[in-house]
Amino acid sequence: MNRETILHPTRRSLLAGGAAALTAATLPRFVQAQSSEPIRLGFQLHRTGIGAAYGRWYERTALAALKVVNEAGGIAGRPVEILFEDDATDPRRGAEGVEKLASQAKVDMIFGPLFSHVVIAAAPRAAELKIPYLVCSEGYHVASGKLNRWTLQPGITDVRAQVTAMAPWVTQNLGKKVTMIFPDYAFGHDHRDFFTEAVAAQGGEVVAQIAIPPTETSFTRYFPRIPRDTEVLYHVMVGPAVLTFVKELGEFYGSGAKPEIFGFIDSLEAVDIANPGLQFLEGSHFWEGQCRMLQPDASEAETFYRDAVGVDANGAAIEDPKNVSCYGHMFSVWETLFAIKQGMEACSWRGPQDRQAFVEAVEAFTEMPAGRERPQGAKVFNPKLHQVFGHQFISKLEGGKLVKVHETSLEDGIYPSDVDYLATSF
Amino acid sequence: MDFGPFLLLAVMEGLVGAAVLALTASGLSLVFGVLRVVNVAHGEFFMLGAVAAWFVSQWVPGPPALAFAVALVACPLLVAGLAALADRLVLKRLAYEPEATIIATIGLLYILQQAALTLYGPEARPVPPPFEARLQLPWFGWSGYKLFVIGAAGAVLAGLWLLLARSRIGLVMRATQIDRETATAFGIDVDRVYAGTFALGAALAAIAAVLIVPIQQAHYLMGGDPLLLSFIVVVIGGLGSLRGTLVAALLIGVSDGVISTFFEPTLAKILATLLVALVLVFRPQGLFGARA
Repeated sequence: MNRETILHPTRRSLLAGGAAALTAATLPRFVQAQSSEPIRLGFQLHRTGIGAAYGRWYERTALAALKVVNEAGGIAGRPVEILFEDDATDPRRGAEGVEKLASQAKVDMIFGPLFSHVVIAAAPRAAELKIPYLVCSEGYHVASGKLNRWTLQPGITDVRAQVTAMAPWVTQNLGKKVTMIFPDYAFGHDHRDFFTEAVAAQGGEVVAQIAIPPTETSFTRYFPRIPRDTEVLYHVMVGPAVLTFVKELGEFYGSGAKPEIFGFIDSLEAVDIANPGLQFLEGSHFWEGQCRMLQPDASEAETFYRDAVGVDANGAAIEDPKNVSCYGHMFSVWETLFAIKQGMEACSWRGPQDRQAFVEAVEAFTEMPAGRERPQGAKVFNPKLHQVFGHQFISKLEGGKLVKVHETSLEDGIYPSDVDYLATSF
Repeated sequence: MDFGPFLLLAVMEGLVGAAVLALTASGLSLVFGVLRVVNVAHGEFFMLGAVAAWFVSQWVPGPPALAFAVALVACPLLVAGLAALADRLVLKRLAYEPEATIIATIGLLYILQQAALTLYGPEARPVPPPFEARLQLPWFGWSGYKLFVIGAAGAVLAGLWLLLARSRIGLVMRATQIDRETATAFGIDVDRVYAGTFALGAALAAIAAVLIVPIQQAHYLMGGDPLLLSFIVVVIGGLGSLRGTLVAALLIGVSDGVISTFFEPTLAKILATLLVALVLVFRPQGLFGARA
């Protein structure tokens, strides 16, 4: 019987033997695969819709940062991949995109969205799916406590801190009677609420608040509402019609007397400042998250970042001077990718089972020094608020160039808050 | 700002809106009047006109005025050609069934929109105005180009009226509108009239877009608002009535300008929509429409 088996193996024993041999052959390979398997990051991208100009540059910045990360050995020795998912800058599609990236593409975590209405709509879905959601969104919705434990903003300062930091400079240097023009949704409302508050704290006054629907295409009709005694006109506009907004403002005031103008570069991101019709902005001031035009005192890290993304000294693509970047914002994508790297390495990331450990690792961040990981400058992370605080820049448009005139300190932007995400559950 | 100049600005802004709206809505109204087709893709023909104007501004060298003149002729022709093609390939095969054509034009809307997204991209791009001029009034400044838009739209509408009321083409179109079968019996090539009218309607939207694009920038999603407002105008004015369309466009355009200047743009939209509801309840044929 035994002999027979050896000489004439049955089909069953052959199968069993084959299976054993196969297992023996693949087992070490599998073990090895798990350690060098790529880390997959989902990027929620405004490739189309009203955020498309930002989307184009956010994608370019993400790919540049990815190249730097991978060339330096990836994250904990593992290569990194980014999967881009277009959300059409639309809240509903944003939530669907989070779902798709998490469930179908099976990414490890998601980052990248900017527009506040998209972030506010998508963040609850990320929390339900228990996937880290790192936003580059500026709005005050993360730090306000409105979102959840899974949503973090380690790459860019929120609007409340930005305007708190700059209000003293505006009231001391430009004027105390301010009229605000802002888009009529969450992001604009953050500006309205916190800048008004910050100006009042400086002894100034916001004399008019003009809200403009985000889909508006013509603006002249709003300008008569600007009170005559306005000393400073504060504008922050986004979307496809921003150029029209600035042109019509120029036509409205023309060569006549006009207030000082303080704008957020958001109004002119991806727009060539030398565009005809924008001459009237000459001499006006801008907030910039990072100076679009290369300043004489730029750090080594900043020039490294500028070269890596492929941006010239004027803030345009090196291959096409007409393709102007969103330089004042897109550093947040770069810095968020490096924050992900830091967080993953801190929690010895193995796979999706470590998602909670990753959030806890980011919550252990505090000082974030300047360097190639943070070309915009040093920052401080507040774990309770899930929010980072950095320097802000004020530039003046002189001879068609944006020249830095003021840099706020990290302390300037700190505001009191009793929000504590650490006390909320996962 | 004082009340007088404030009102002046509001009316001037309203007139620009009304001028462009009158052109777009008359195209929609014409198509409905003659073909009995509710063209949901009308706003996309508007968008195509603007996008085509951007391409022309990139390809035609020389001063912006030259590129603008080329765009004003070439873009409507291009859009009209596309519309005639859509008529032959789609609407005719559906025998102009009202329900089927609504669905078909919805499909056309998405095809055109996505084609623009693919070929033109998601950015809003500025088109230089043919001339840079500012009108400096004692209280405020205004774009001289906007005055030109009002004038040009008026001229095109006058031309349209002449075409419909005084030319043989207009006679044939009106005959087809009133009684299609009798028109066929009199030897009118109804198919050609239909294709021609659909093309003319689209061309009017394209002209409106070429005029407005130096103010608004070309964007692949820009067709939504003109479509909605055109429907409002056409319903208030009476479907198929050109005179009604013009009066309603002036009413909606100027009131939109005034209300959104003094109050909120949202309020202007609410009131316009309310007016549509009232018209539908109390005068379903519209202000100037014939009783069905």
